[in-house]
Amino acid sequence: MSRIQTRFAALKKEGRGALIPYLQACDPDYDTSLELLRAMPAAGADLIEIGVPFSDPSADGPTIQAAALRGLKAGATLGRVLEMVRAFRETDNETPIVLMGYLNPIDSYGPAEFCFDSAQAGVDGIIVVDMPTEEADLLDAHAREAGLDIISLVAPTTSNSRLFHVLRDASGFVYYVSITGITGTNSASAADLEKALPRIREATSLPVAVGFGISTPEQARTASRIGDAAVVASALIKTMASTLENGQATERTIPSVLKQLEGLAAAVRA
Amino acid sequence: MTNTPSPLSSPLANSLRSGPDDRGRFGIFGGRFVAETLMPLLFELDEAYRAAQADPEFRRELDYYLKDYVGRPSPLWFAQHLTEELGGAKVYFKREELNHTGSHKLNNVMGQILVARRMGKTRIVAETGAGQHGVATATVCALFGLKCTIYMGATDVERQKPNVFRMHLLGAEVKPVTAGAGTLKDAMNEAMRDWVANVADTYFLVGTVAGPHPYPEMVRDFQSVIGVEVKEQITQAEGRLPDVIVAAIGGGSNAMGIFHPFLDDASVRLIGVEAAGHGLDSGKTAASISRGRPGVLHGNRTYLLQDKHGQIEEAHSISAGLDYPGIGPEHSWLNDIGRAEYVGVTDEEALEAFQVCTRTEGIIPALECAHGLAHVMKIAPAMAKDRIIVLNVSGRGDKDIFTVAHHLGVKL
Ligand SMILES: Cc1ncc(COP(=O)(O)O)c(C=O)c1O
Repeated sequence: MSRIQTRFAALKKEGRGALIPYLQACDPDYDTSLELLRAMPAAGADLIEIGVPFSDPSADGPTIQAAALRGLKAGATLGRVLEMVRAFRETDNETPIVLMGYLNPIDSYGPAEFCFDSAQAGVDGIIVVDMPTEEADLLDAHAREAGLDIISLVAPTTSNSRLFHVLRDASGFVYYVSITGITGTNSASAADLEKALPRIREATSLPVAVGFGISTPEQARTASRIGDAAVVASALIKTMASTLENGQATERTIPSVLKQLEGLAAAVRA
Repeated sequence: MTNTPSPLSSPLANSLRSGPDDRGRFGIFGGRFVAETLMPLLFELDEAYRAAQADPEFRRELDYYLKDYVGRPSPLWFAQHLTEELGGAKVYFKREELNHTGSHKLNNVMGQILVARRMGKTRIVAETGAGQHGVATATVCALFGLKCTIYMGATDVERQKPNVFRMHLLGAEVKPVTAGAGTLKDAMNEAMRDWVANVADTYFLVGTVAGPHPYPEMVRDFQSVIGVEVKEQITQAEGRLPDVIVAAIGGGSNAMGIFHPFLDDASVRLIGVEAAGHGLDSGKTAASISRGRPGVLHGNRTYLLQDKHGQIEEAHSISAGLDYPGIGPEHSWLNDIGRAEYVGVTDEEALEAFQVCTRTEGIIPALECAHGLAHVMKIAPAMAKDRIIVLNVSGRGDKDIFTVAHHLGVKL
């Protein structure tokens, strides 16, 4: 079993959903983001998403755009992100790590090399925002060979028949982009989710993570109960950004983010 | 415009004009690299576009607006004084600057707005660089009473003020984008973010032959009216096809529009002129084919200016309309198969050509097509006097007089 399968199976036994925090690699610098990454499991992260900075994050709102810029300024490259994952795996071999980013840096690295190196580094899954099912043949075979899950995205605009098409060969878990919009803006209501999830579950037996716009403990709890996991990104990054001085980490940076993460985790576990 | 040819029975089967394939690809270029949220919209758009093409009523309606509103056909002008001054090949101008709103942009916008109306969309978003596409879009939104939001890089808002004011007058909301260098790439990102957040009522009216399928094909089809007219006009004037066609390239729509009808005419050399900015090797250029490599941005695979890690680089050009680190996918393909050539022209050369055109022909060209003219000025003198060059004069230069004055050290 993969780390992702193992983790979701264990949570199912516990009878609760997962909390998936997100951090942008090298935001605001390599050491701080690695320290944060290492501390996240103890603060309640069940899986972790690492954003790979890209110059043109066209599906992201202002918060993650700014984080990507800080990451790039601090020298983030795909190679550096994998280095970070390797460092994390020295002390944690259980928490699943999923990379989330845009296609061009992967394309530039080389799809086959990227899948191989990611798996070697200890990455479990990848989410490529601008690679829909129709273009996924670029990575599919390489990812399968490397034992990496390509996490499929579905959206409110994905029709019932398309859900079956998109999720036919899905693995790991399914990421439900719960609003039509960019990251860190609106959020879906419990009623929206109650309507959407049965539609998705018709088409897959994989766990469904709900993301985009989840910021409060209450929202995380709702999403992790109606779905199988709640992804929290912009809300954590906003907190981190508020602690920076001249773009640099301060002593408040890591404790503030972890405290917020603990609050989210408590709600998901309540 | 024709229906999608069936690959076996169509006379286009062995044609360079039959692309893209059903994945929206020209060779390895093109495709549909967008978030899942947008995929259903692209399918819906594709369907609506095919239905429109198959509907004679749509063709009739578009022809009506092209003739009586846009002012087509645009003339093909023999630039006699310029020809004499260059002392070589005969130079013709395809006068797209005479279209309503002053550029070729309205050809595409007119077509797409009719598609958007058929789809029942009530709000339009668009990106703009020089502001010509924004003005054209704001214009048709005024004509049809649609809500209109234009994203424009903050740098471009500054250097293309007259067009910003025009858009305001036309009732559009202009949103300056401060991300990145504040140019066309950033405006494109922001327009896509708006679109994905407002999919239900909003139509994204892309201004060039780039973006996810079917945009590159659709925009090319709407712009092909340029080349179709040139074919007829030059045959009438000279009894034959031209030897060379030259067009400036931002995203590549005016070039694709004039090239496409000639793709199967092997005797016609097609030259796309990219903005070399401060020089092809200065690091301050917008020459995606000359100095970029294939990658994925804004929904398509194409040549891009990028660093070795796949981060997109800022483009640079004196011309806001060429200041983009990518190029339409069909151009990338035409380059790779060797059917079209892509060259660079610097800011300086374009400024010089701008003045030559104004002085010899009494036509103030947009800085974009001044790049095309600068290349014509390089090749025409060495060509025989019976050779024929057609330059796409894609827009008029009124919008650029402040930029030009600034570079000439004149205070307006
Ligand atoms: C007059 C003119 N020509 C050319 C361009 C470049 O666009 P494209 O390459 O799509 O024709 C622009 C873009 O703003 C323009 O305004």
